[in-house]
Amino acid sequence: MAKTESVDARGLSCPQPVILARQAMQAVGSGTVTVVVDTVTSRDNVTRMAQRDGWKVASEPTREGDYSVVLSR
Amino acid sequence: MPALSRWLTSRWGPIITGLVVGVLAPVLVKLGNPGNMGICVVCFSRDLAGALGLHRAAVVQYIRPELAGFVIGSFLAARAAREFLPRTGSAPIARFLLGVFASIGALVFLGCPWRAYLRLGGGDLTAVPGIIGLVGGIYLGVLFLKRGYSLGRNYPAARATGLLGPAIAVTLLVLLVVAPLFGRTAEGVPTGPIFFSETGPGSQYAPVLIALAVGLVVGVLAQRSRFCTVGAFRDMILLRDSHLFNGVAALVLAALVTNLALGQFRLGWAGQPVAHTSILWNLGGMLLAGLAFTLAGGCPGRQFFLWGEGDADAGMFVFGLVVGAGFAHNFNAASSAAGPAAYGPIAVVIGLLICIALGLTMRDPRRAPSRTS
Repeated sequence: MAKTESVDARGLSCPQPVILARQAMQAVGSGTVTVVVDTVTSRDNVTRMAQRDGWKVASEPTREGDYSVVLSR
Repeated sequence: MPALSRWLTSRWGPIITGLVVGVLAPVLVKLGNPGNMGICVVCFSRDLAGALGLHRAAVVQYIRPELAGFVIGSFLAARAAREFLPRTGSAPIARFLLGVFASIGALVFLGCPWRAYLRLGGGDLTAVPGIIGLVGGIYLGVLFLKRGYSLGRNYPAARATGLLGPAIAVTLLVLLVVAPLFGRTAEGVPTGPIFFSETGPGSQYAPVLIALAVGLVVGVLAQRSRFCTVGAFRDMILLRDSHLFNGVAALVLAALVTNLALGQFRLGWAGQPVAHTSILWNLGGMLLAGLAFTLAGGCPGRQFFLWGEGDADAGMFVFGLVVGAGFAHNFNAASSAAGPAAYGPIAVVIGLLICIALGLTMRDPRRAPSRTS
């Protein structure tokens, strides 16, 4: 089974959501990383970083008003 | 509008914002703002501190409408894009302190990162050691971030908390226009609580409505594009990501061309407007400022824009900037064109020690361990 990891980056200042997401990506190597963020800025920053690193990105709003960003490789 | 908004959140956003700032700032100088100070977020905060009577440097007292425009423009843009998000609770007191020392560092250099780039675009070569110091401070901040530095999380707050920023911005505009005089000097002359310079940089300003309009435009663009003059180098160092850096490069180029076109470009070292020639303290001041901005999550402009979109902790940083500017002048730490002030160097050293201590000790107490399966 592919490795999965989840990161709760809600409420953190720039660039911590990106740093935490990146650490999780490095930890799984290949697999799935789910990052929950609370601002569009963090969502876009995580998306841009992951895409540059060659990961597939899918994000959707959560019921709580946050964003779930799913990174996979 | 949605198409424009999408464009501004694309890779072109920071570039467009940088170009607009790079053109409009020298135009503001042409219209009356001090030399190479079309926009300087910290200098303007210092002028605001003076206007509110928080320091006694009579030459730097004015309520800059650009600052109010930043907050209100960002607020309106965030509302329109459904990004207005009232939030607070991420170590406000530490952010206030970072604002204080960012302000002191920037006033030893005589300008925030925005002005450092604008000075470069005006031909002022003394900006170069400042920018080197700035990058050094950002590099130091990145080291702390990599080691797990965090001011902790913010949390959703009451709507009124988010509205305080724009409300305070509007209040400042009212004070600028009304200019109340509640006090009396020993000679019985009406004075205060709002003070305006009669000479010096504080007495030099573009027409109020134009300055406000520029502030609003920059506030809107920067909120959409996340323009950040510190994130520019931070993301290059941390991620080799040039997204924000392109905005700063565009700013310098646009300022260079606009200054040439307006006859304001003066290449040189000595005699530059509101600048001094001490290599060490141009560098040292910005080393401190760069570290403090990085630890707080963004440049001074970005803090005003975040405040506008509801981040009350960024508002605390802004208060720190204003109060720190008051301290910088009252403690004789702010430089002048003649050079660093008597207590500027020691203020920078103390600020560096405190910021390094924060960098080493601040951790998110509720950092959720990531789950691997």
